[in-house]
Amino acid sequence: MLQIEDLYVEVAGRPLLKNVSLTVEKGETTILFGPNGAGKSALLSTIMGFSNYKITSGKIYFKGKDITEAPINERAKMGIGIMSQRPPNIAGVKLRDLLEIETHKNLLNLEEMARSIDMERFLERDINVGFSGGEIKRSELLQLSVQRPDFYLLDEPESGVDPVNMAQVGNMIRKLICNKKACTSHDPERKASLVITHTGEILDYLDADKAYILCNGTVMCSGNPNRLLKEIKTQGYDECIRCKMNLTQIQ
Amino acid sequence: MAENKSNAKDKETAERISKSLDKEAMYGGHVDLKLYHIPDESIEVKKMTDLDSIIKSSLTNVGISADGNAGGNFLMYNNKVSHRSSAQEGLEIMSVKEAREKYDWLEDYWWKLVSPEADKYTARSYMEDSDGYFIRVLPGTKITSPVQSCLMIGSEEALQTVHNIIIVEEGAELEVVTGCLTHDGVQRALHIGVSEMYVKKNGKLTFSMIHDWDESVEVRPRTGIRIEEGGLMTNNYVCLKPAKSIQTNPSAYLEGEGATAYFNTIAVAHPDSVLDMGSRVFLNASHTKTEIISRTITIGGEVISRGDIIGNAPEVYGHLECNGLVLNENGSQKAIPALEAHAMDVEMTHEAAIGRIARDQVEYLMTRGLDENEATSLIVRGFLSAGIEGIPEILKEDIDDIIKKTADAS
Repeated sequence: MLQIEDLYVEVAGRPLLKNVSLTVEKGETTILFGPNGAGKSALLSTIMGFSNYKITSGKIYFKGKDITEAPINERAKMGIGIMSQRPPNIAGVKLRDLLEIETHKNLLNLEEMARSIDMERFLERDINVGFSGGEIKRSELLQLSVQRPDFYLLDEPESGVDPVNMAQVGNMIRKLICNKKACTSHDPERKASLVITHTGEILDYLDADKAYILCNGTVMCSGNPNRLLKEIKTQGYDECIRCKMNLTQIQ
Repeated sequence: MAENKSNAKDKETAERISKSLDKEAMYGGHVDLKLYHIPDESIEVKKMTDLDSIIKSSLTNVGISADGNAGGNFLMYNNKVSHRSSAQEGLEIMSVKEAREKYDWLEDYWWKLVSPEADKYTARSYMEDSDGYFIRVLPGTKITSPVQSCLMIGSEEALQTVHNIIIVEEGAELEVVTGCLTHDGVQRALHIGVSEMYVKKNGKLTFSMIHDWDESVEVRPRTGIRIEEGGLMTNNYVCLKPAKSIQTNPSAYLEGEGATAYFNTIAVAHPDSVLDMGSRVFLNASHTKTEIISRTITIGGEVISRGDIIGNAPEVYGHLECNGLVLNENGSQKAIPALEAHAMDVEMTHEAAIGRIARDQVEYLMTRGLDENEATSLIVRGFLSAGIEGIPEILKEDIDDIIKKTADAS
């Protein structure tokens, strides 16, 4: 589904990602761990194609096509969908104005979709203006459920969501990724995803297949998501960094 | 004898006012009045449905429908009244000259909110004995269906001078939609529109003006508004189509306790045009309130957004908001908000912001599959609609056209 090869990225002349290679297979739920400032959000933003993130070398392939230079909307049309952590406010543009463009095309019932996640009254509100943390997540998920991508980029879906709303957000994500069917890991019917998480809370809702740890802008390790999360929780990120350093020395 | 005396007085007044025929306006570029003439051409129709189809279709561009279903209609073509009709009880619509003949008391409203000596434009309108609309709602009458008025220029190099009076009597309510436009083919013209609006105690007036001029038309509206106790005036001004220059700065005088005035402006400055637009509100009684909001875009022209709130009584509230976008390197924006207080316990604020379309907003919408133009259109439409609640569908198309033009040019 997604293949990243030796990616180097800078923002305003400052290198953020170096030598990043990773793959996400069809139907795979992939987790991205890493300390603050490791470059996790930068990686998702680069995959989506935001212009601030300048690729200095390396390639991104999606569904077998080179999208390294593709504009954002092309990537969206090919099936990439992002749930941003801090999307911008757009004053004067109602959530309905944006969503109707897509629902008209696909003959979806917007009211019904919004009602199912208790977002009906938000349709008349300006996009993200005055939304709480949980409301931003639900708005992003409503947009994604209209967009129906094949590959989900989820940037910390649990951040800013209180425990009560976490179940709602978690279950919505599960429903989107499982493509409405009950699903387990490596189910080919599932939508692929790359999910950033700090706390691992989202793993209660997703059967994750694989995880990468990103440190200092580069991939340090990969492995079983639950095992890696356990290690991070007991030993922090140091252990992983150390193991990588040793590996490099041995090589 | 009495008549002679009044004639003499009239002559004296005319002489005095004629001294202002060369007086330049405080704002706005110089317009040479000699380049324009008062045209003779006029049209007259019994019913709006009798208008020819070209005029009808032009009218839809300024939100005026000629289907004859409006609560009232007024149409002026060049300097003569073409049509006037009222379909509602308690609503009077006639030409201002007819009204002056009918009502002696109209003298108390005649050129009382706009001084004929203000500048050469007002002086010229006065000296031309200009006609225009007289719209009056009788006390306690709530007009449910909006009145449409239309000022159309149909002759090349025409000087259109108009004098309008609106009176909303005590407890009455009225909505007026005014469309100002040039008729198919007219390129150069000057429009001078003098409007005097009176909102009596607890009256309510919503006045929306949509301009659709041509690239070489110069526009000098002169408006005065008086609002009494508990009265409410909402003034919407929309100008998205090209014009050579517009200079307008309506003044509202809030004279009664709790009177309120809202001014909303959305405008686009096309290449080589100058839009000098403002609103001035005098809060002359306690608990009066005003909000002046403007959203302007330049795609190559010059925008000057003025706003003045003058607090002359205690416990008044005023807020001014000028937001501008510069979408073309040749465009310019200047915001001049001003607050003035001559009393204690006033609350007056302003904010002004000039900028460009935020890249992160465009890209965010693009992640949902919109292309760059679609995303920009949506954002600009949002920017403008934040200026006026509920932009009519027809204007949305105009905005999309403008965005497309801007995108093509860049």
